[in-house]
Amino acid sequence: MYLATTDAVATATDGRRSRGRVTGPVLALGAVSLVTDISSEMVTAVLPLYFVLGLGLSPLAFGFLDGLYNGVTAFVRLLGGYAADRGGRHKLVAGSGYLLSALSRLGLLLAGGATAGIGAAIAADRLGKGVRTAPRDALISLHSPPDQLGRAFGVHRAMDTTGALLGPLAAFALLWVTADAYDAVFMVSFCCGLFGVLLLVAFVPGREEPPPARRRARGPSAPRLALALLRHAAFRRVCGAAALLGAATVGDAFLYLLLQRRLDFAESWFPLLPLGTAAVYLLLAVPAGRLADRFGRRGPFLAGHAALLVAYALLLLPTGGRPLLVGVVLALGVFYAATDGVLMALVAPFVPPDQRASGMAVVQTGQALSRLVAAAGFGAAWTLWGIGTALTCAALALTAAIAGAAALLPRAAEPHGTLRRRTT
Amino acid sequence: MTRPRPTSLTTRPRVLAVAVAAAVLTTVAVTYTVRAAHEAPPTVTTSEFALDKGQLYFRSTQAGAGRVARLPLGGRGPRTTGGPTCERFHAAGGTGLCLLRRPGIPPKAYAVVLDGKLREKRRIALPGIPNRARVSASGRILSWTMFTTGDSYSGGGGSFSTRTSILDTRTGYLIKNMEEIPLTLDGRRHHSPDVNYWGVTFAPDDNRFYATVSTRGKTYLVRGDLRKWAATALRENVECPSLSPDNTRLAFKKRVRGGTSDPWRLYVLDLRTMRERPLAEHHSVDDQAAWLDDDTLAYALPGREGRKQDVWTVPADGSGRPELRIPGGSSPAAVR
Repeated sequence: MYLATTDAVATATDGRRSRGRVTGPVLALGAVSLVTDISSEMVTAVLPLYFVLGLGLSPLAFGFLDGLYNGVTAFVRLLGGYAADRGGRHKLVAGSGYLLSALSRLGLLLAGGATAGIGAAIAADRLGKGVRTAPRDALISLHSPPDQLGRAFGVHRAMDTTGALLGPLAAFALLWVTADAYDAVFMVSFCCGLFGVLLLVAFVPGREEPPPARRRARGPSAPRLALALLRHAAFRRVCGAAALLGAATVGDAFLYLLLQRRLDFAESWFPLLPLGTAAVYLLLAVPAGRLADRFGRRGPFLAGHAALLVAYALLLLPTGGRPLLVGVVLALGVFYAATDGVLMALVAPFVPPDQRASGMAVVQTGQALSRLVAAAGFGAAWTLWGIGTALTCAALALTAAIAGAAALLPRAAEPHGTLRRRTT
Repeated sequence: MTRPRPTSLTTRPRVLAVAVAAAVLTTVAVTYTVRAAHEAPPTVTTSEFALDKGQLYFRSTQAGAGRVARLPLGGRGPRTTGGPTCERFHAAGGTGLCLLRRPGIPPKAYAVVLDGKLREKRRIALPGIPNRARVSASGRILSWTMFTTGDSYSGGGGSFSTRTSILDTRTGYLIKNMEEIPLTLDGRRHHSPDVNYWGVTFAPDDNRFYATVSTRGKTYLVRGDLRKWAATALRENVECPSLSPDNTRLAFKKRVRGGTSDPWRLYVLDLRTMRERPLAEHHSVDDQAAWLDDDTLAYALPGREGRKQDVWTVPADGSGRPELRIPGGSSPAAVR
């Protein structure tokens, strides 16, 4: 059920093209992400403070709790995608994920000082995030005309990032007003998260009732579904390219650390680096998506990784001062703008609509796992050979990965209609 | 894609319902925040008392919450509230060290050096979250640890680090981050980007110090030399060391369990025999313990009966049993 009769999807399917805006459901999903990200980034920003000052725990305890669930989310994501595809329950699965994360704030409030309770609350939050991501991206793709996927994801990611930028600001403002009442932050975050769920329930269209016979016929097990997806050459190639590039992606945290060592600027500026990157991402997400729609999605995706290569190069070259700072932050922002949403737009046409969430989960999980490996590898290389050599290796690996991905990525996007006809 | 349906009839009630829900949620959030703001304790930089011998100083979380308070060291006299507002406090030899935080956008943190009358002498702006504070017995050398963390939108989830500073109050020389100190581990010079130090404690000579270093997922006890600017790892699995007044033993927390449930126990290490002994405290202690005298240790535990934190004491030789010394307190520091 669509929000308005003048919906862009409707007009698009009518053969007319509305270039000016994205569809109602995409805007609604963007609003849900914006509100949810305010909620979750509020908590993320104050959790370390709460741990160390509110509870008197040590940094190590915090680092341990925080790192505990990162690996788990990758697999939860696959499950979320699979569950959403069974019977087209994207809204239900995504909504449960959003609700679980919102409720986890109450868990933080109720846990008091008990680390076990806090650990459980953080786990619930991560679980919710893992579950909802793939169904949400599938919904965005299913509610956008195929030739405007890039823009749809661009708009969504821009709104999402806006929330991520506002969240910490809201949290620090709250702490300011209440003189460090962490419970107030958790409470406001809970209200905000719940509002996000309500927005989803009210304004994101639910399942289109499939004929019962078709619903029953669809039902391979999760691993078999993933394998079946990977049997499509084009999908396999996108997955491979994403994983290959992910394996050459050094984590931002490392780059910021390097930047700080090179420039030796006041440490109070350090938190502003990710903020700067997010701002660039926010500004460029929509233009990058539109470019991807107009000239093909593999171009921006590869160019985004080339921007990351520029960031590596800037850190390797004897540039210094402001050009280095601005250059790296800009390059990282471009990298995210041109790759994050664009990858989803790139892969969508190669996955039949009834397997969209699973397909996106497979790509995202592959990319996340290969990035995890890359970060560990870079850390090891830094330790073994020193920073210069490690970064040179990373730059060479990224160059090779870009070349490999350029060969792998399918050139022209097949319209998903042909693929659907072939698979169902 | 589905056929669009005329939905204007159902849209209005939905918008209305969401608006009502938004109003309710906003009311809840605002009410909660306003109440919290009313309960907020004021921040104060002045003190109604000085650093006097024979007093046990601590940060109160009850009367005068957030401010330093004191009790007579011997016996259970009345507590005096009204010290400066600090997140973490330590004092010795006529010098106080107060780590404080000012919420704001962005939040700021400071290390404030206090004189014998607990008046501000120097203020150093620092990024991060105040964590550990120590003043050497003479009051000359100060050290503190700040905890910094990457925000999740930077993609660096789980990346945290500590910055430990050392200040010589006589020369004014400040080492903002001691992580570049040449470190010897297993007999070899150790280079790694993930080296983190925290919890420094000083010997009476104002030169030797002990601290925790963590690298590659392990923690070690390091012995350092300020003049030579060198550090050596002595022993694995030692955190937050605290040197006894007689300079012979180190109290520390040892990780006895993986995971997050009750990971640490308090131990004392004899520096001559290098033998360690668990103390009678069976709860997990996540604090840098403070020596009240050569036989007694004080430390903070999560509070009971709704209090945030309590200060407990336990005999340093492993005998006896823990005693609740200060309900509603943390950061104990005995001024002898």
